[in-house]
Amino acid sequence: MPDILLETKNIIKDFPGVRALDNISLKIMSNQIHALCGENGAGKSTLIKVLSGVYPAGSYQGQILIEGQEVNFENIHQAEANGIAVIHQELTLFKDLNVAENIFMGNEIARAGYINWNQMYAETQKWLTKLKLEDVKPTTRVGDLGVGKQQLIEIAKALVKNSRLLILDEPTASLTDNEVELLMDILRDLKNDGVTCIYISHKLNEVFEIADYISVLRDGEYIGGDNKSSLDEREIVKMMVGRSIENMYPQKNNQAGKEILKVDGLTLSNWDNKEIVENINFTLHQGEILGIFGLIGAGRTEIANTLFGYWPGQKSGNVYLNGNELNIDSPREALNNGIALVSEDRKRFGIMPPMSVKENITISFLKRFKQMLVIDQNQEIIQASELVNQLRIKTASLNTKIVNLSGGNQQKVILAKNLLETPAVLILDEPTRGIDVGAKQEIYGLMKNFAENSMGIIMISSELPEVLGMSDRILVMHEGKITKEFANQNKNVSQEEIMVYATGGKIDG
Amino acid sequence: MAEKRKIEFDLRTYMMIIALVSIWIIFTITTGGSFLTPRNISNLFRQSVFTSMLAIGMVLVIIMGHIDLSVGSIVGLAGGIVAIFDVWQGMNPLLSIGITLLLGLIMGLWNGWWTAYRNVPSFIVTLGGLLIFRGILVGITRGTTIGPMGDLFYYLGKGYLSKEFGIIFAIIAAVIIIFIQWNGRRNKLKYNFEVLPLKLEIIRIIASVALLIIFILVLNAYRGIPVPLLVLTVFLALFSFITNKTIFGRHIYAIGGNTDAARLSGINIKQITLFVFMINGLMASLGGIFLTSRLNAASVAAGDGAELDAIAACVIGGASLAGGIGRVGGAVVGAIVMSSLDNGMSLMNVENFWQSIIKGLILILAVWIDMTTKNKELS
Repeated sequence: MPDILLETKNIIKDFPGVRALDNISLKIMSNQIHALCGENGAGKSTLIKVLSGVYPAGSYQGQILIEGQEVNFENIHQAEANGIAVIHQELTLFKDLNVAENIFMGNEIARAGYINWNQMYAETQKWLTKLKLEDVKPTTRVGDLGVGKQQLIEIAKALVKNSRLLILDEPTASLTDNEVELLMDILRDLKNDGVTCIYISHKLNEVFEIADYISVLRDGEYIGGDNKSSLDEREIVKMMVGRSIENMYPQKNNQAGKEILKVDGLTLSNWDNKEIVENINFTLHQGEILGIFGLIGAGRTEIANTLFGYWPGQKSGNVYLNGNELNIDSPREALNNGIALVSEDRKRFGIMPPMSVKENITISFLKRFKQMLVIDQNQEIIQASELVNQLRIKTASLNTKIVNLSGGNQQKVILAKNLLETPAVLILDEPTRGIDVGAKQEIYGLMKNFAENSMGIIMISSELPEVLGMSDRILVMHEGKITKEFANQNKNVSQEEIMVYATGGKIDG
Repeated sequence: MAEKRKIEFDLRTYMMIIALVSIWIIFTITTGGSFLTPRNISNLFRQSVFTSMLAIGMVLVIIMGHIDLSVGSIVGLAGGIVAIFDVWQGMNPLLSIGITLLLGLIMGLWNGWWTAYRNVPSFIVTLGGLLIFRGILVGITRGTTIGPMGDLFYYLGKGYLSKEFGIIFAIIAAVIIIFIQWNGRRNKLKYNFEVLPLKLEIIRIIASVALLIIFILVLNAYRGIPVPLLVLTVFLALFSFITNKTIFGRHIYAIGGNTDAARLSGINIKQITLFVFMINGLMASLGGIFLTSRLNAASVAAGDGAELDAIAACVIGGASLAGGIGRVGGAVVGAIVMSSLDNGMSLMNVENFWQSIIKGLILILAVWIDMTTKNKELS
């Protein structure tokens, strides 16, 4: 029987008008990977903030015990001194500093304020070896590393502080499958070295792969938990959403119609004349969901951006919309031609944080509200609220700032913005990244409705189950080329088949 | 639900007015009442016109997430040019004003082109502009002070409208206010939107009309509406309208809110950036014309540091240097706050160095309060 490393007793945390945590009692065993599941808003983040001293003792009720001793953290540093480190969903690395500087940030090896660079680099090298980052040097600029490697640097940064408890918040949100595998291996290694983990994720397959114990939170309450071996995925989902999700992926009841989009010999290169994608050919039909799967760097996003008139480099080849050659080089022209794009990076390319839900929805097509010189703001409210209702966006009002919405609802607002004028072609780049199961299912339902109303949808995704569950046809890409096209009307393509082509296994096979 | 948000929003607008009123009360007490005489109020508003004009242009630039440091130099150069036309060339005053405003647009075009089409950060472009425009001014005036200006300029800078006109203006403005409020309400009712209860609505309209009439009567109790104040009012109304009601205005907020997202929303970032810098150049050259008119001469140092006053006014008025947030009306109230401090402390015979220190502290304090209330709103 392993020891209890950390225990919470009856933690209650209130915000004005909301009880974010309601009587949470939880035991974290040492040398275990403890997965914490729950939808957005379930209280996971709040719990982490309590555990890591972001919310100081006194701002919540209840007790935290570490190895049986009660602790009262006043700030993050005290939590860190007790061996608790958090790795947040958004990486907090300094892109322009090198690996060693980042790992030892705030923790520099120094004497009298004078940094001992040699020792720091030597220590860094040790950690890099341990984390299997042989090709990274301590002096490498962090911004030059991929997201996956940056994630591992973040872990090294936590370990340098002698952390016993590592809390990972959605660590794989932007990792490719290979990178996820690597991360899993390293977490297992760390477990063997005596590091305990709290692993927070929406992705149940990962949770089942890595966790020893799974706990579920819902609406601020502890719903339950058990050893992995005594749980199955369906049960967890049921605990998370409070209802059982029978069919994650809705059945589409229509046939693909006539061809609307044709890409012929598209080749893209960046400013250095390096080819990003090469000789891409595909078609899209009305009422069809076309999945494009590939690992990060395969060139999927670049194709999406090009179709949307947003490719800054060089391009050759033709795109035809309804049989006519399409020659656009701005998002405005794409929108006017009925092509809409929901970008993969909601924060950077999607939301406008200081603006309201309404203003975010209407910004792409303000012209339709133009009356004389002014925006008809009453019409604007009517049409925005229609979309809010249709997409079931949860918001206090149309005037709420979009940043105050949950990730899933922000994503729905971005979707709504592209539906204000019904597009002929809707390109969804990672449409369900970083949103919870319930919101995911709603977005799948919406995609089904759009397709049944003869919209052509291109869905780019790194999540295999979603590609397999939603697509009528699947294109697999590897290093800038389409390596295989699968027909998937009957949803019978297997994950293994796809991965073979995505990793470049049998290009000529 | 929508209504609740609206009231919150109004509260923040009123907070600035409340701050302004408190400053006035403090000065009225400390100066033994001489702050609140019609003469001083009239002077105070006349003094605030210059910074207000610059702040109106600047706040657009700030909302868009940029900055313009060249404003003070544009003021100086525009003032110098209009003086050269008027004093040296003896040109028709309207023509000289027209050409000067056009040159102001071109100076803004210069800033905007480098920023929008050459991707040089606006801080650098306009820092360069600050040096360039000031240098041109010294060059074309050969370092001399040019004056005195003609009659029209005297009227523009120091003139007053007749009291009868003041009354007429008050009536017209009142009718416009009532019409806009009532029309807005009727439209909302047509769509079955929530509106204020009729009683409250009437009280609100009466209150705003009453404020307007009191203001005009106070100004009339001295010499009438100062001409520069009337011009400012027109621009305040125009740019409030543009930012709140037009697509162009919404696009400015979008660019400041998230430039990348704005681009993917089909907004022509470059063109709008260029236009906004041009508007700012225009407002700065207008400010230059009024400054030269008020001082009755153009000097090489005119407008030195005015860009910082304008930025301070915007920020006190609630604009965020990160972009996406700010209001034209707020910027003007910010400028009035700054002028009130200048005016009140001068009346109290506070020494110049103290004035500077206190203004600096108030700037920091205002932004601190603004940020803490904003943070509360979010959490």
